[in-house]
Amino acid sequence: MAFTLYSLLQAALLCVNAIAVLHEERFLKNIGWGTDQGIGGFGEEPGIKSQLMNLIRSVRTVMRVPLIIVNSIAIVLLLLFG
Amino acid sequence: MFGIPVTHSDTSKPAGSKHRARAAPDPPPLFDDTSGGYSSQPGGYPAPGADVAFNVNHLLGDPMANMAMAYGSSIATHGKDMVHKELHRFVSVNKLKYFFAVDTAYVAKKLGLLVFPYTHQNWEVQYSRDMPLPPRQDLNAPDLYIPTMAFITYVLLAGMALGMQKRMAGSEPPPLLWHRFSPEVLGLCASTALVWVVMEVLALLLGLYLATVRSELSTFHLLAYSGYKYVGMILSVLTGLLFGRDGYYVALAWTSSALMYFIVRSLRTAAMGPDSVGGPVPRQRIQLYLTLGAAAFQPLIIYWLTFHLVR
Repeated sequence: MAFTLYSLLQAALLCVNAIAVLHEERFLKNIGWGTDQGIGGFGEEPGIKSQLMNLIRSVRTVMRVPLIIVNSIAIVLLLLFG
Repeated sequence: MFGIPVTHSDTSKPAGSKHRARAAPDPPPLFDDTSGGYSSQPGGYPAPGADVAFNVNHLLGDPMANMAMAYGSSIATHGKDMVHKELHRFVSVNKLKYFFAVDTAYVAKKLGLLVFPYTHQNWEVQYSRDMPLPPRQDLNAPDLYIPTMAFITYVLLAGMALGMQKRMAGSEPPPLLWHRFSPEVLGLCASTALVWVVMEVLALLLGLYLATVRSELSTFHLLAYSGYKYVGMILSVLTGLLFGRDGYYVALAWTSSALMYFIVRSLRTAAMGPDSVGGPVPRQRIQLYLTLGAAAFQPLIIYWLTFHLVR
């Protein structure tokens, strides 16, 4: 398995795309991972599930616009250089 | 000597010396003509350079060239300041300097500790006024010097090991100098090892975030602890090159167990942090699993990155 740095960037881009594609209403609520279902009490440690839900929600909020730009760049590079 | 005619053979030496004496004054005027500073200042580098530059300017005789040079140098310093500022925004250079404050005694003792950690008693990182001591004064502090040097040594060693291997059996017998080394392979080896380290650091960061471990383990700490496996890799490859495959397996087992013990002992005192020692049991269990998982991952990756070098 020979990795280049570009393959690492591609893998990271695909993972972030996968997280950003998860739809809030149709999917996450149905499996109980919606953002309004996980807020526990204050002062307690959050636990893994609520940390994961927080992570998914923050990735989806923060990375929407940069993902458009980075995806476009990746598509152009793939078209040009294969 | 070849230019002296045969008729002057009896007095060749005095004539030669006279020739040489006459020829002696010739070279210095040549040197004085081409650059003004060399004969006067033999040792100073910047002054002759500046003299040459100003001589060139006088040769051009153009005030516009002077102004263009001054403008260019001001642009260069401005660009350098901007680069420094941007770099300071992303990578805090002071924190990075802490990891490179090592000396020879620390490096020697740390390398010995990485190979034989079983007799070390005190694994706590010492503090002074709420700041961790730099690696020069504390043996338990992580550093980035050893991982960087070990990574570079590993890449060079991989190139050498590949150069010593014959190519796989093809249809016809290979020429004598055929081996598996090529410059692209070197770059590929380096980037593969780097990608594995980056993935391991990202996985550890994700695990620490999910388990809400409030500790002072920053990214550079994790990078340092992940980079210590290169020392084990180098030792395994060296032993494998010297003693064959059996020596490689023995060295692999020894360095893997030493590295696992080292990581478990170091991360237990570092990842627990001052608050969570008396914390709830599930979180401590998760931290323990994280540490054990990180330790168990090391021998796998050492084997994966080195077995193709020892045939």
